[in-house]
This record gives sequence, C-alpha cells and structure tokens, in this order.
Amino acid sequence: MDRLDRLRGPEPPRPHDARAIAALAANPGCARRAVLDAAGVDKDAVATHLGFPAPFGRSPFAITRGDAFEALVKEGGGAELLRLLRELLGLPLPLAGYTDLADVGGNPSAHLRHSHTRRLIDRAARDAGEAATLYDHPLLRLEIAGYHSYLEPDVVAFQLGGRFHIVEIKSFAVVDGQAEPDKVAAAARQAAVYVLALSTLLAELGHDPSRVSHEIVLVCPENFANRPAATLVDVRRELAVLRRQLARMTRVGAIVEPLPDTLTFDLGRDDGGVPRRPVAELRSAVREVGARYAPDCLNTCDLCFFCREEAAEAGATDLLGRQVRDELGGVATVAEALALADGSLAPDDDRAEIARLLRLADRLYAEVS
Amino acid sequence: MTRTGGRRSGAVAVPATGAAGPAGLSPAAEAGAVVDAVLADLPRHRGVVVDSPPGAGKSTLVVRAAGHLAAGGEPLMIIAQTNEQVDDLIVRLAAAHPALRLGRLSAGDYTAPARVTGRAAIGTRLADLGDPDVVIATADKWAWVGDRVWPWAIVDEAYQMRSDKLLRIAGLFERALFVGDPGQLDPFSVVDGDRWAGLSWDPLQSAVAVLLRHNPDLPVHRLPVSWRLPASAAPLVSEAFYPFTGFRAGTGPEERRMGFATGGMRTAYDRALEEAAASGWALYELPDRHTVRTDAEAVRAVAVLATRLLQRSPVTVSERGEHPVTAERVAVGAAHRDQVAAIRAAGLPAGVTVDTANRLQGREYDVTIVLHPLSGRRDATAFHLESGRLCVLTSRHRHACVVVARAGIPELLDAHPSADAVRLGVPVKFPDGWEANQAVLARLAEHRVPAAPPH
Amino acid sequence: MSTLSALARLRALREGRAQRLATVRHCHLSDRPMVLIPLRLAGEAAAPLAAMAGTDPDHPRLLVVPQPRDRDLRFAFTAELAEVVLPYVEGLQKATETVERRGAEPYERCVDAPQLLVPNPAGVTFVQLLGRSTRFRRAEGPYAVHPSVPVLGRWLTFFGRRAQYPGSVLLAAATDLLSLHWATGQSALEDANLASLLGWIDPPPGMSGASAAREAEDPLVWPPAGPATDPGFDAEVLAPAIRAYQEAPGERAAAAVAAAVRSQLEPTWRLMWRAVDLLRALPPGGGAAARWEGDRTAFTAFAAQLAEGAPPQPRRDGAVAAAARLARMERARAVYDAQRAFDDPLVMAGHRLAGEAFTGTVVAAEPDRTEGEGRGRKLRPLLVVRTGDPVRLAAGARLATPARRGQRADVVDVAGGEVTLKIVKGMGRGTTATPGAVPQVGEVVCYAALTDEYQPPAALPAPEETPWTHGGPPPEYVPAEDDAEEDWS
Repeated sequence: MDRLDRLRGPEPPRPHDARAIAALAANPGCARRAVLDAAGVDKDAVATHLGFPAPFGRSPFAITRGDAFEALVKEGGGAELLRLLRELLGLPLPLAGYTDLADVGGNPSAHLRHSHTRRLIDRAARDAGEAATLYDHPLLRLEIAGYHSYLEPDVVAFQLGGRFHIVEIKSFAVVDGQAEPDKVAAAARQAAVYVLALSTLLAELGHDPSRVSHEIVLVCPENFANRPAATLVDVRRELAVLRRQLARMTRVGAIVEPLPDTLTFDLGRDDGGVPRRPVAELRSAVREVGARYAPDCLNTCDLCFFCREEAAEAGATDLLGRQVRDELGGVATVAEALALADGSLAPDDDRAEIARLLRLADRLYAEVS
Repeated sequence: MTRTGGRRSGAVAVPATGAAGPAGLSPAAEAGAVVDAVLADLPRHRGVVVDSPPGAGKSTLVVRAAGHLAAGGEPLMIIAQTNEQVDDLIVRLAAAHPALRLGRLSAGDYTAPARVTGRAAIGTRLADLGDPDVVIATADKWAWVGDRVWPWAIVDEAYQMRSDKLLRIAGLFERALFVGDPGQLDPFSVVDGDRWAGLSWDPLQSAVAVLLRHNPDLPVHRLPVSWRLPASAAPLVSEAFYPFTGFRAGTGPEERRMGFATGGMRTAYDRALEEAAASGWALYELPDRHTVRTDAEAVRAVAVLATRLLQRSPVTVSERGEHPVTAERVAVGAAHRDQVAAIRAAGLPAGVTVDTANRLQGREYDVTIVLHPLSGRRDATAFHLESGRLCVLTSRHRHACVVVARAGIPELLDAHPSADAVRLGVPVKFPDGWEANQAVLARLAEHRVPAAPPH
Repeated sequence: MSTLSALARLRALREGRAQRLATVRHCHLSDRPMVLIPLRLAGEAAAPLAAMAGTDPDHPRLLVVPQPRDRDLRFAFTAELAEVVLPYVEGLQKATETVERRGAEPYERCVDAPQLLVPNPAGVTFVQLLGRSTRFRRAEGPYAVHPSVPVLGRWLTFFGRRAQYPGSVLLAAATDLLSLHWATGQSALEDANLASLLGWIDPPPGMSGASAAREAEDPLVWPPAGPATDPGFDAEVLAPAIRAYQEAPGERAAAAVAAAVRSQLEPTWRLMWRAVDLLRALPPGGGAAARWEGDRTAFTAFAAQLAEGAPPQPRRDGAVAAAARLARMERARAVYDAQRAFDDPLVMAGHRLAGEAFTGTVVAAEPDRTEGEGRGRKLRPLLVVRTGDPVRLAAGARLATPARRGQRADVVDVAGGEVTLKIVKGMGRGTTATPGAVPQVGEVVCYAALTDEYQPPAALPAPEETPWTHGGPPPEYVPAEDDAEEDWS
C-alpha cells in the first residue's frame, strides 16, 4: 500500500465512515474517484484547494433535529426503542439490558473501544440465554483497501429471536407509511455497511455470521410528530452491492499501476495546516487519473464541480447526462455530434448510423421549428 | 414442493440438474407429484398458486386442472391475458377433453383463427354461448361480464396480470387457481405509481403479489421440471433467475441434440451456430463500441445468423423424435421495439418470429437468436437490467440460444452505479438484475465466438 | 429523451442559450395564477418556515414563522396562508357555465379555476405534505386550530393529488413547465434549479446561458428556490435571527427573521413571474385548453364535495380507489401525449424520428374503395403516402392524423419509402367518402400511432365489495379523534 500512501502524501488517510463507504457505489466507473478513495485522500480539501469547493453543506437545524431525535429514541435506557422493537418484531421482550459501549472510561482510542465492543458482542453471541440487550455506541471495524475503518452504528440490538439487528435512527419522516425513497435508500446503504461489519466480526470470533439479520430496523419520526416509529428494511441488495464495491477497491492497483511514480495529491500543507501546493500542479496531478463525470456526481462527489468544468472544457457530451450520452451512441463530444448533424463532418463507418440519425433530427428540427 | 406464500424467499434452492431429483424421482414422477398435490389442494383452499418456470408445463397443468374441476360438474371460468393465449388454451383443452363444451368470450372486432373455429362457441356475451362447461376469455373481456359468480376460476399467466385487473374480475369467482411464471417481466404502467408504493393492494403489483400479501397462508406450489429448456440451459436459467426456487431440466444432456444437414463455411456465423448446436449456447461477440440502440452491425449479425441457420438445414433430435427446424421454430428477440423494427427491416427468412421480450413471454421455439439488451450501451438503466427481460429472452428455446452482443458488457456492469431508491413496505425483488446479468454473461463467455473483423 | 431533444441540448450548448422543444404552449396558463414559494425548516418533513404568495407580481405576501418549532406559530402561519389561498380559490367558484352532454344530463362547470405555481417538483411535494398535515385538524376540542386550516388542508391535498395527473396544471412546478418547452445546454438534473434553467432560457444581455446558469448556482446570488434553504444561510443568518426571537420574542425580532427569509424569497419571486411571462409569450396549443376543461371539471366537483361537507381525503387510497385513480391517470397520460403531438409539429417530429409517426405526400388515393359485399359493404379508402421518414410501424397499426382528428387509419404495408394506409374511421357514412375527408394526391399528410380516443374502463367493484384477493371490504373510514391530535412537534 506504499503506493497509495505516496498518492495521499503525509496526511493520515481519511477514515471512511459508513456514509463514505456507502457512497463508493455511486459512480464505480470513475477511476479518479476510485484512486482518491482508496488512498484515503480528503477529496473535499482537494476540491477546495482547486477552487471548486463541494456544494454540500448541512444546515444546523437539520443537525440539531437529528441529534434531538436520536436522543429521544434512546431516552431512558432505550425504553422507547425497546417498545418499538417489541411491536415490530412481535417478540415478548419483557426485559432488556442497555449497554453504552462508549463508556470505557477516560478518552479511549478507537482501537480500545472496538476491542470492548468485540468482547461484549462475543459474550452475547456465546450466551444464547442472555436477555435482549441494546448496545449503544458500538464501534465496529471494516477493512477498506488495506486500512481499518471504524464505524459507529446507532444501536445494535441483541438478541431478538437469537439474532442481531442493526438499528438505524434517522430524522426524516415516515408519513402514512411512506418516506422519501432516496433517503430510505441512503439509510439502507449505510446500514448495510454495519451489517457487513458486524457479520465480519462474528465470523472472526467464530460465530455464525448469518446471525446478523439482513433486515435492519429503521427508526424515524412518524407523520409530523416526534414520536418514533420503526420499520424493517431488507438490505440484501445493498449488501450485495457493497460486497461488490469492496472487492473492486482491492483491484484499484490495476488503475494505480500505470500512473507516474512521482504522482501525489499531497496538498503541501504548511505547519499551520494551510495548503501551499501550487494549484496548477495539483490540477495536473488530479487530471492524471481519468474521471467519468455524470450529472449525478453533483449529488454525491466532492470533486463534482471540478470534473464538470473539465467535461465542459473538453466539450464532452457527458455534461448533458447519461441519457443524452446514450442517445448519441458513441459520440463523445458536442462538437463532433453537431458536425455530424449538420453534415460538416463525414462520419467514419462506426459513426455512420448515429450520423444518419442526427442528420435526420437536424432536418426535422429545421423543418418544423 | 409446497411452500406458504408468507415465507417466499426462505425456500431453499434445489440443485438444478437433469439427473434424478430429490429422493431419486424421475423428472416426470417429480412433476407429476406436484400436479397431484395441486389438484388435491384445490378443494382445501380458497386460492392455490402455482409457480411455473419456463416450459414447466403450465399449460398442461391448466388443461388438466380444467378437466379435473369440470369433471366435478361445476362450471369453470378461465382467465388468460391475451387473445392468443385464450386461443391456445381452447385448442389444447379441446384436444385433451373432447367432451367438454367450451365457450369463448371475445371483443366485437375479434376474428377467430382457423384453429379455434368449431372447437368452442364464440360470442361477445355470455348469453351467446349457450351454457358451456368452461368459459374462456381475456382478463380485459371478463371485466365486462357481470351478474354471475363461478364456483371456480383458473387464472393463467397470473404474474403478467396487473392487480388492478384482478380487482375488476375477482368478484366473478369464489375460488381460483393462479398459474404463472414469477421470473418473467413484471407488469408496468406509463404513469408514476409511487403514491401506492408499499400498499398491500398496490395496483401496479402483479395479481399474485397482491393476492399473497392479503392471503399469506395460501399454498404456493412450484413446478420443478422444465420440459422446454435443455439440460444445457435449465441450470443457468434456474440459478440466475430463480435463485430461491430452482428447477431442473426434464431431459438429460444426451436427449436433445442439434445438427446441420448442410455444411458450413467456417465463417464466424457458422462457428457461432455450430457452437450453439453443440453446447446449447453461443455468444456472437462484436467489437466493443458504443452505438445507437439500433446498432446496424448487430442488427445485421442477428439477421445473417437467422438466415444462415435456416440455410444450414438444422435438424433436432429430442424426446419428440427427429425434426427439421423450420422458420416457424425460430425466434429473434430484442429489448426495444425499434430494434425489432430494424431487425425486421434487415430482412429475415419468412416465418421467423421477431419480437420484444414482452411479447415473447410464454412462447417456445427450437432456436432463438437474441440481441443482448446491453449491447452497445454505455450505461445500464433499470429497464436494461430488469432480470425478467433477460430471463424471457434466454428461456424460450428447446435446443439452442445464440446471443449477439458487443464486447464490454462486463465493464459496463462493473461501472453501473447502484443507487436504487428504496420504498418502505415494498418487498425486495429477487433476483437482482445486475447479478442475473453477471451470471448469464459468465456462462456465455464460455461459448464466445468473436465476429470476423469487417473487411 | 429522444434524439431530437438530445440534439436540441447540443444546439443550446453551441448557441449559448436554450432551444425550443415546442412551437406552442402545452399548458394552460391562467390569466391570474397564484405563485406560491414555500420554505421549509431544514431537517423537518413539513415544518413551514416561510412562504411568499400572491397573484400580483408587485405585491407578494410574505408569511413567516419566526420560530418554526413552535406549533402555535406554525398553525398561525397556516391560517394566514389560508387567508391568501382560500379567497383566491373560492372567488373562482362563483361564475359557472352549463355544459351540455350527449346522452347525459348537462352539468355546471366553473368558467375558470385556480392555478398554483410553485418553483419546482419539491415545491409540489411540500404542498402535498402541508395538505396532509393540516386537513385532519379540527376547529374544536384539544389542539383546536382556526377553522380555515383544515379547509386549506383539503384544498392543498386536492391540488397535490391533481398534480399527479399528466397534463393537469391546477398545481404545477415552474421548472417542469419550462423544461417542457425549452432544452438547455445542461443536464435535466441541473434544470431542476429554476435560476439556472432561466439562465439558459433567458440569459441577461451580453451573457451566455452557460455563464448565467453557473452564476445561478451561487446561493449568495440566487438563493435556492425552496422548499430547502441554503445551509450557509441557515447557519449564518437564520439561526441567529431565530435564536434572537426565542430569547426575546417580539415585533422587532420577528421582523428580523422576516427580513432574513425575504432576502431568500424575493429573487425566486421575480424568477417565477419571469417564467410566467416567458410561458405566456408562447402561442397556446389546442389541447391545453381541452385539458384545462378537465381541470375545471375536477375543481368544480371538488368544490361541490367540500360544500356538501365531505370528510377529509383519506391518508392512502383503498384498493378500489387506487385502481380507479390509476385508470384515470393512464388515460390522462395517453391523451396528453397524443394531444401534444397533434398540436405541435416539433413534438410530432420526435415521434417521426422514433418511427412512430411520419409525414409525407399522398401519391395515390382510392377514396371510394369499399370492402365486403351486400349489406356488409363498408367504405375503406386506401392511401399511399411517400415519406422520407424512418417509418417503424407494423402492418395493422392503428393511426390518427392531426389534420383530421376523428380519422383513424390502419397500416396495410410499409415498403420502399411508401406507406399504404386503409382509412377505417372518419371518412364519411355510406359508401361514398365525404368530400375532403380523404386526402388527395399531392397533399402533405402526417399520421401517427397515437390516440386520444376515450375508451371507458370496465367497472370496478364498490369499495364495500372489495374481493378477498385484495383484502376484502375495508373498515369504514371514521375520522379518528387522534387525527386532529396528531402532535405537530
């Protein structure tokens, strides 16, 4: 992994949280993103230094609301949560222990907290007779491209019918049984990361990994109230996608291999942490690795504005979206497509067909508009 | 093999081999046992569902169940989805049960084909039919019939039927047998149905999905043997598209053979056809390139393959004996209507069927030639990845299937962004289109014949 | 996305401004639409923060919730919104016309209907949610609200549901209406930003659409068009203002919050009216008026229901209601697609390019050709049309033509750039074609595999007769006490 360290520079790798891991599936065809992610580069900092800061921000109101809702759900040693689980899973759960795994004294390292989680989960898995327990603030671990990322699910519930359930607390509303599909999808992808990390842990400890349920418990405010409601969400598809993407990341070597040895995305921070690397130099470095820009990147990737600008400079049809790009067959640039359409460019054999279609479209457009 | 509707995905996969099945039963005995179990369940339940993978004898079951129910002396209604399906059923029922009086309800502009005339009373109203033992019509036609309740109904191709159609006709019967193939294309709509997502009666779900959500205790049987798919295809189709409910081929690897009476010329086309004849599959692979949907090169390849196939005088040997493959026994399938139109325009031997996956559902041929839905695409869409589409296209043949595709589909799948929306309360559908596509491609790669470079 | 609209986007990039996708306006535009720009408090499902609303571009009404977490203030807001919306909606119920129908009783229909314009599809969703959160409220008992609140809730719900019908414009998003008529040089995703979309359609003098659109992405220059607010604004401006109000509630603190949200709403308000002007400048297509009649009928019917004291709309559709609505929506879709193509040669061009329609010259015609014998003899004129379009229609396809709207023709054969058609409807009675009904040799004609013909769907069972396959009869809906008490945190 020396090579990836060199690409990143002296900074420590940016830890992947579940959200970041889930986002790996957003545009897997993009080599630039794959390399930067695998090397643990802080893409947001790179984008900012390049002059294209990411357009993502979170409102303080949303953060407050999210925290308040989570606190409400966990209130009173998880009493409310237990009530929800009892109803949802139809289990007689008269008693439940509540263990705060963050509570290991002092200011523990992630490693220490993870070991603590590991010990308690092991004990829970061993002792089948143990009463249901809610584990708050567990710290799980997943290996991403050679590095351990620590992950903190909201709650792990054990044991409900002998199985572990990941509980995901989100503050978006479920109104009359429906929630915004994109938000549910994001929650499901994120929860799938925890499911995978927890099953990996069980397997490492010699337990049956399938004791982690692939149905996660999504807890959201119901309707317009603050009252929480729980829904089961089947994350098997998200798990399959995640496994695929993680396997893919181990193959990033093939992309890195042909890159120049001296290539680095180091920001050249000075002692005060201010990036000092000449922007033009960083720009050329980033451009060494090809991007696959699509407008969807605007919702998911820190580098989106940089890559969009690059696509615009190149006159790439990618700029207009996947559908337009697909409609244009193999034509990659706007200039070429337009020249084929107005007949100023004679098509080669490969382009003959799309040229015919574009000429016809051009003729019809001129005829009726 | 019975399971309860409420625990669908929990069923265990069954090894899909052509050899002896569970408990050493022969395919025929195994399938027969399921049919007996279905018939035995009929009087015990309000509804019985039978999942039938491609070519597993769905029509045979319908015909047998119809005879069984009619023998009880009670009138029976049969609901199919298209006029062609109705006509097919009449022909088969008339042959199997010559004593049964059949009636066919139809729309005013329906003209009965020759194979149907004389076999059933035909009319636009019930009153026109006399009082037949069995009345058959499409779901659309049944929706206009009122004022009568049948003790029994058989709903054919029930997974192709949208649940709002079932709602319009469910009042016509007291009990019903639902038969269909869960692996084919789901019903769809041109409008956005998000507002009903998660409802147990979502009108855009299939009739069976809605039925089972409201009646989770109904028995669900599965026909375990495909009589259509050869031993070379059944395991792949079973694993890729029916991951939790496998089936096997009814014939062994040696029971189906295909050869050519006319010699070839060692062109890539010939080699692809020979590969398909020998192994059941061929992937005729064109160079990697992004193209328009009606990729002229791919369209031409499909047309030439169909022409060449018939020029080579193909002959099949099977449990039905030795037969030449005529044009009527060959089909060409594609994903989009414009591709179908382009293939038709490219010139095919007369008699060869060309159609979209939607319209090939439920049909059977000796040899199929398929234009892969992802050929030449740069990005896969949900439409292209829908597993049912590929399932229909790769499960119509008794002997061989030739797939025409551009190289690069594995890379395209690899780069496919996975950001499917998730709707609360909507059961996750399996198999995942991505996984199914991968499975099929991995198998096809073993039968790859690269196209000759253009000169 | 057709090749035609893809090409239009490419041209937009070259020309530096949006290109027309339509030659006529495919939506009715009210003479007096109401623009409504709602803002929501970040992190909440439907907690209103503010709204700018009104029918007069020069006099917007600003409604503000100075502390959006305070439920009394929220209901005060909805009552205030009701004061704006209800008089507009109710005022339009007064003038009616009598509609005569063949074979049925005539009925009364409002001569005009309200039209609510919001900036984007998220605005439509917000209206739906606001309707949902207010329609079950009660004017008496615990958690009583102003009597206008549940009425507003029912109207917003009506608007929100109607917006799901293709072609309906009682409630519409400006970005949707604009995108229907113009192709920009950016992606559909970016078109959802009203400021950036208008940057392409109508860039400031001397500026390219591309630069105008980029500038429009800067939230400091063009604040988001809602309902979501800019997180930067939330952190730096709004949060301190709300905190100040919370610490010392009063006129001054409330005014500070109002000033803050006004700064976010005013730019969008101006954009909305620019969008209205741009759309108004397009000549209206014929189908838009016909679809507006449907909207007016729906509006009239709902007003009558409300007057008769119907209960609030249920939370979700029952099995029968869902199937009925689906059938209506599918019909609306077919009609909408056909009418737009018949109204607009540019839309038709998209169908021609896809091979589903064609334009050409009649090269042969047999207007008086008949089929059958004796009493069964029927007039079936034949037509041969020569066309350069890539026709992809199969024999037997049923076609219609914009020039003769009642006419139907079946494809007999397509070969060598010539299409042979058999006219089966709309050519006259008896065995002689009505003069002018059958195109003559030399006439340029257009036929398309589209139809706006009405085929009534088969009947559905009554809800109380819902069959066992669909869960049986649903329990009767009784507005529950807790509907009104639902906590609005």
